Amino acid sequence: MAGLSLELIALQLFAGLALGAIYVLFAIGLSLIFGMLTVVNFAHGAFYMVGAYAGLYMLILGGNFWICLIAVPLAVGLFGLAVERVLIRPLYGRGIDYPLLLTFGLSYVMVELVRIAFGKTGYPFDTPEILQGAVNIGVGYFPLYRLFVIGATAAVLLALWLFLEKTSFGLIIRAGARDPQIVRVLGVDVAQVWLIVFGIGTAIAGFAGLLAAPLQGVIPEMGGTILAEAFVVTVVGGMGSIGGAVLAGLLVGVVVSMTSLFAPEMAKVSIFALMAIVLIVRPQGFFGRAGLMS
Amino acid sequence: MNELSQPYKRAQPAPVSWFQFATRHRASIASLVVLAFPLVMPFTALAVNILIYGLYALGFNLVYGYLGLLSFGHAALFGTGAYFCGIAIAHFALPWFVSIAIGILGGLLMAALIGVLAIRTRGIYFAMVTMALSQCVYYLFYQAVEWTGGENGLRGINVRVIDILGVKLDFINPLTRYYVIAAFVIAAFFVLSRILASPFGAVIEAVRENETRAKASGYDVTLTRLITFVLSGGFCGLAGALQALHLSIVPIEILHYDTSGIVVMIALLGGMGTFFGPMIGAAAFLLLENLFSLWTVHWQLIVGAIFMICVLFFPAGIWGTLISRGKP
Repeated sequence: MAGLSLELIALQLFAGLALGAIYVLFAIGLSLIFGMLTVVNFAHGAFYMVGAYAGLYMLILGGNFWICLIAVPLAVGLFGLAVERVLIRPLYGRGIDYPLLLTFGLSYVMVELVRIAFGKTGYPFDTPEILQGAVNIGVGYFPLYRLFVIGATAAVLLALWLFLEKTSFGLIIRAGARDPQIVRVLGVDVAQVWLIVFGIGTAIAGFAGLLAAPLQGVIPEMGGTILAEAFVVTVVGGMGSIGGAVLAGLLVGVVVSMTSLFAPEMAKVSIFALMAIVLIVRPQGFFGRAGLMS
Repeated sequence: MNELSQPYKRAQPAPVSWFQFATRHRASIASLVVLAFPLVMPFTALAVNILIYGLYALGFNLVYGYLGLLSFGHAALFGTGAYFCGIAIAHFALPWFVSIAIGILGGLLMAALIGVLAIRTRGIYFAMVTMALSQCVYYLFYQAVEWTGGENGLRGINVRVIDILGVKLDFINPLTRYYVIAAFVIAAFFVLSRILASPFGAVIEAVRENETRAKASGYDVTLTRLITFVLSGGFCGLAGALQALHLSIVPIEILHYDTSGIVVMIALLGGMGTFFGPMIGAAAFLLLENLFSLWTVHWQLIVGAIFMICVLFFPAGIWGTLISRGKP
């Protein structure tokens, strides 16, 4: 272990935070949708993948990356709105499993449609020119793009926090997550709120897909892997808790990058071991409310 | 002449509807259908697939249909059964029936491992945790290259002759193969029917219908769930073991998330929580898949769309919809 300097560990820690940032964005959308609509969105990975492909398509058409950062979440969010309105809304009140099964079927359809449009093989996704290269962060040189991912995630989190805590619509969302029936009795159109929350959640998933694209390229199956990992994040952090998703997302990212430094062959399995430990010690997760799932 | 001297008149039994009749003799009827199936199904390879996936769905249905827990990790149980059976043959050269028993054991064991962790969570969490854990199993088998062959799959499962107490059956012959596998599936029908008809079977359904009431009646809900999940692992392990014998290779894709998803589709298509549903679902699903894959490589699009239509408009599935028509 002589080759493992403190700098290397610190750099790997930062790489873990960048990876974790993607998990955080993905899991936050998942958590927001579940906390509000009690829908486990199995198509969340597909929305993430669509975000990456939408970015790719816009770049081919001649857009630039900065426009994509705004346009992709908007496009994916609009698509999410349509999905909620047309497909998920008819299933409310029919048991918690049905929206889950529907979104599961939807993910097949979305992945296959992307395969038809873009082919089965993946594409590389160039890092925008300004964000190429590395900068010295005190402990060594770190890829600029990964720093940007961490920064962009922080910005989205801040915006989401301000939206939820400081606006009257955010107040309705928080109240609706706690007790939708009372909110409905108070004269709020809950269905409208649910629609918008689903739109926001999927928009963030699209944004996460776009951010992840330069790190790993784009393939139609990219959403399936992250979905399983995001479930680990939600179980560890506690379902429906945004703070939990942030903390657990970063933790999972760091665990993955640390194990790939020390025991690369265990990198994929390590996060599931983490989940197993959390399930044994604290089944409801870090911030989960006991009894929420019953 | 008093009334007592009248010859005793037997009470006329209530007329038995076809539905009650089918329920009473469900295992025998299913067996007869399975035995007669090759007569109407010209492609024996497809018929064998339907049997194996039907059995896999039967095990899944025990957990989702009867117990009411949605699992998205059944590929781990199916795949472990296949790998254990395959390893017993390819690495240890054990006879085929011992290998099948080892496959069932693998399914039970994996179900116990996953069950102990996943049962700690409730409701919708269960789907997420089982999916995540089965993904973990996928990576573990993927990396154990010496045992499983990793990415290339486990090869060398060559069973050409099935030896039953000196009687040698040619396992290469598709029809013989079908009936050998059918024998196991029929045995599974009777075991499952027996489990469901037992008092324990009633507890399983009680837990699904009302957890609080089942608990108040003195039943250990957690233990019931765990045992049911493990039993389901036994059925899925058997299905996996038969799949290993049938394919003579265990591809790593057997543990993939898609294999978990397929069984959810099959069970929903056929009819959740019904005895005949899984087999009918497997037949419908695999026939559709074969039909559309002849026509287009993008058959997943059509299958996904059909599944969504089912969820939206026919949540009871094919058999469930028939039953609700036929029920008095």
